[in-house]
Amino acid sequence: MIARLTVAERQSALLILIVMSFLGLAMAVAGRGTPFGLHGFLVIAASIGVGIPLLRKFYAPEPNPAQFEQYYDDPTKVGIVLAMLWAIAGMFVGVWVAALLAWPDLTIDAAWASFGRLRPIHTSGVIFGFGGNALIATSFHVLQRTSRARLPDQLSPWFVLLGYNLFCIVAATGYMMGVTQSKEYAEPEWYADIWLVIVWVVYFLIYIRTLARRKEPHIYVANWYYMAFILVVAILHIVNNLAVPVSFGGFKSYSAFSGVQDAMTQWWYGHNAVAFFLTAGFLGMLYYYLPKRAGRPIFSYRLSIISFWGITFMYMWAGSHHLHYTALPQWVQTLGMTFSIVLLVPSWASAGNALATLNGAWHKVRDDATLRFMMVAAVFYGISTFEGSFMAIRAVNSLSHYTDWTVGHVHAGALGWVAMITFGSIYALVPWMWKRETMYSARLIEVHFWLALVGTVVYVFAMWNSGIIQGLMWRTYTDSGTLAYSFIDSLVAMHPYYIARAFGGLLFLLGAIVGTYNVLMTIRVAKRERAQSDGGTDVPSYGRDPVLQAGE
Amino acid sequence: MHDMVVAFSKSWGLFYLIALAVGVVIYAYWPANRAGFTRAKNSILDKDDRPWS
Ligand code: HEM
Ligand code: HEM
Repeated sequence: MIARLTVAERQSALLILIVMSFLGLAMAVAGRGTPFGLHGFLVIAASIGVGIPLLRKFYAPEPNPAQFEQYYDDPTKVGIVLAMLWAIAGMFVGVWVAALLAWPDLTIDAAWASFGRLRPIHTSGVIFGFGGNALIATSFHVLQRTSRARLPDQLSPWFVLLGYNLFCIVAATGYMMGVTQSKEYAEPEWYADIWLVIVWVVYFLIYIRTLARRKEPHIYVANWYYMAFILVVAILHIVNNLAVPVSFGGFKSYSAFSGVQDAMTQWWYGHNAVAFFLTAGFLGMLYYYLPKRAGRPIFSYRLSIISFWGITFMYMWAGSHHLHYTALPQWVQTLGMTFSIVLLVPSWASAGNALATLNGAWHKVRDDATLRFMMVAAVFYGISTFEGSFMAIRAVNSLSHYTDWTVGHVHAGALGWVAMITFGSIYALVPWMWKRETMYSARLIEVHFWLALVGTVVYVFAMWNSGIIQGLMWRTYTDSGTLAYSFIDSLVAMHPYYIARAFGGLLFLLGAIVGTYNVLMTIRVAKRERAQSDGGTDVPSYGRDPVLQAGE
Repeated sequence: MHDMVVAFSKSWGLFYLIALAVGVVIYAYWPANRAGFTRAKNSILDKDDRPWS
C-alpha cells in the first residue's frame, strides 16, 4: 500500500510524522507526569507506528502510473477493517456497561473501570470509532464512484483516516484517565478538539476537490448527505468546543459558555450530532448502497432532494427538546418541539423512499441478508424518528426524560438504524473492494443478521418497558399526596430489564464478531485467489448483479 | 438583545424557512429537471470500475 504512494507523497507523509512527533514531545515535556504528558507519548508512539512501515518502503520506486487510471480504494479498505474492530471494542464496552448496571458488584474497583469512565468509552467507541470509520470509508467510495473521478491525491485520505483514529484513541484513553470536559458526545478536551478540526477540514477539502474534478455533471444525492454530515459536524464541533485551556501544558479547559447558554449550545450540538453524524451520513450510505444492492434506482429522486433540505434545515432547530422543563425560555422549548414534530415528514419520506425502492424486489430481500440488513435499517429509521418526534412533545417528555425510554430510543436508532445500515453497506462493499463475487460466507451474514435483529428487539423492548415503568413509578402519588414509590423501588423494578438488555446487547456484539470474522476471511480468501492466479485478475467485479448468492 | 433575537427568529425565521421550502419544491418539480434526475438515479447502477477520463 505504501509503495503505491508517490515518492513526493511519501516525503510529505514523513514530514507530517516528524512534525507530529515534535508536537507529541512538546506535550510530553509540558505535561510531565499528567494525562496530558501521557497523550504526548501516545502521539509520538502513533507517529512512529506509522513511520516505521513508511520508512521501510520509503525508497521503493515510483508506482506504476497505470494505477492513476483506477479509483483509489486503499483508505476505504483499511477504514472498513478499522470500523469493524471499533464495533467490537465499542460494543464490548457497551455490554460491560450494561452488565455493570445489572450487577453493580461486578466492578473491579479501578478508577478507569468505573461506570462513569466506561460509559463515554462506549458512546465514543461506537459512534465515532465504529460509525465514523464506516462513514469515512464509504464516503470515499461513494464520492469517487458517483463523480467518476479519482480522489485528488493519495496522502490526504490517509491523513484523514489515521488522524481521525488517533483522535478516537486519544479520546478513549483520556476518559480512562479522567480527562473530560463533561459535555456528552463532546467529551474530549481542547487539544484533541483542535486536532479533529484539522483532520476534518482536510476531509471536507477532499470532498470539494474531488467534486471539482468530477466527470459526472450531476452530484448524486448521497454526496449531498455526506457533505452535509462533514460540513455541519465541523460547525457544531467548533462552536460547542469553544473553550479556554487553563494552560497549554495541561488538559483542563473551561467552556466559553455558561449556564443555560452552555446547556443550549451543548444540546444544539448534541441533537445535531444525532442528526448529522448518526443520520445524514448514514442516509448517504442508504441512498447509494441500497439501490445498488437491490439493482433498482431509488424510488423517487425528487423526494430524496426534498427530504434532504427538510432534514438539513429543520434539525438545526430541534435541539431544545433535550431541555424541556429547564431554565430555557418556554418559547425556545416550544420551537424545538414544533420542529421535531415537523421533522417526521422528511424522515419518513426517506424511510418510505427506501422501502418503496425495494417494492417489487421483495424476493431479493428474502434471499439476500445483506439487502435485508438495509431494509431493516430503513424500518428502524422510521420507528426511531417517529418515536423521537413523539418524545419531543413536552408532555410526553415529562414521562420519558431521565428514564430508560430515552436509552431505548437511542438504541432503536443506534442498533436498528445506524449499525444495521452500516453492516449492510459493508457486506455490499467488501466483495466490490476485494474484487470477489461474494462474501466469504453467505450463511454467516445470515447468522449475523438474526443475532443483530433479535439483539436489537430484546434491547429496545427491555428499555421501553423499563423506561415507562420507571417514569410511571416516579409520578404515582398516594391519596395523601406523597410519592407512592421510593427510588429504590423503581430500581428493583428495572433489574430484570437490565439483565434482558445486557443479554440482547451480547447477542448484538456476537453478531458484530461474526461479521468481522466474515470480512477478514473474505480478505484472506481474496488474497489467496489473487496469488494463485498470479496477480492477473484485475477483473472489475464491481457493479455486477450483486444478488448472486442465495441466502441459505 | 434577547427581545431582538426573539423578534428576529419569530419573523424572518419563519419567512426564510417558508421561502426555502417553496424553492426546494419548485426545484424538485421543475419539469426541465426531470430528465436530469432520472438519469442521475439510474447512472449509479452502471457497471464501471474506472474513473472517466
Ligand atoms: C452491543 C450493543 C450495545 C450495548 C450492550 C449498549 C449498551 C449501552 C448502555 C448500557 C448504555 C448506558 C445506558 C445508561 O446509562 O443507562 C448505553 C448508552 C449509549 N449507547 Fe449503547 N450499547 C450498544 C450499542 C450501541 C451502538 C451501536 C451505538 C451507536 C451507534 C450506541 C450508542 C449509545 C449512546 C449514544 C448512548 C448514550 C445514551 C444516552 O445518554 O441517553 N450503543 N449503551
Ligand atoms: C425525527 C427524528 C428524531 C427526533 C425528533 C428525536 C427526538 C429525541 C428526543 C425528544 C430525545 C429525548 C431528549 C430528552 O428527553 O433528553 C432524543 C434523544 C436521543 N436521540 Fe433522538 N430523535 C430523532 C431521531 C433519532 C435518531 C435517528 C437517532 C439515532 C441514532 C437518535 C438518537 C438519540 C440520542 C443518542 C438521544 C439521547 C441523547 C442524550 O440524552 O444523551 N434520535 N431524541
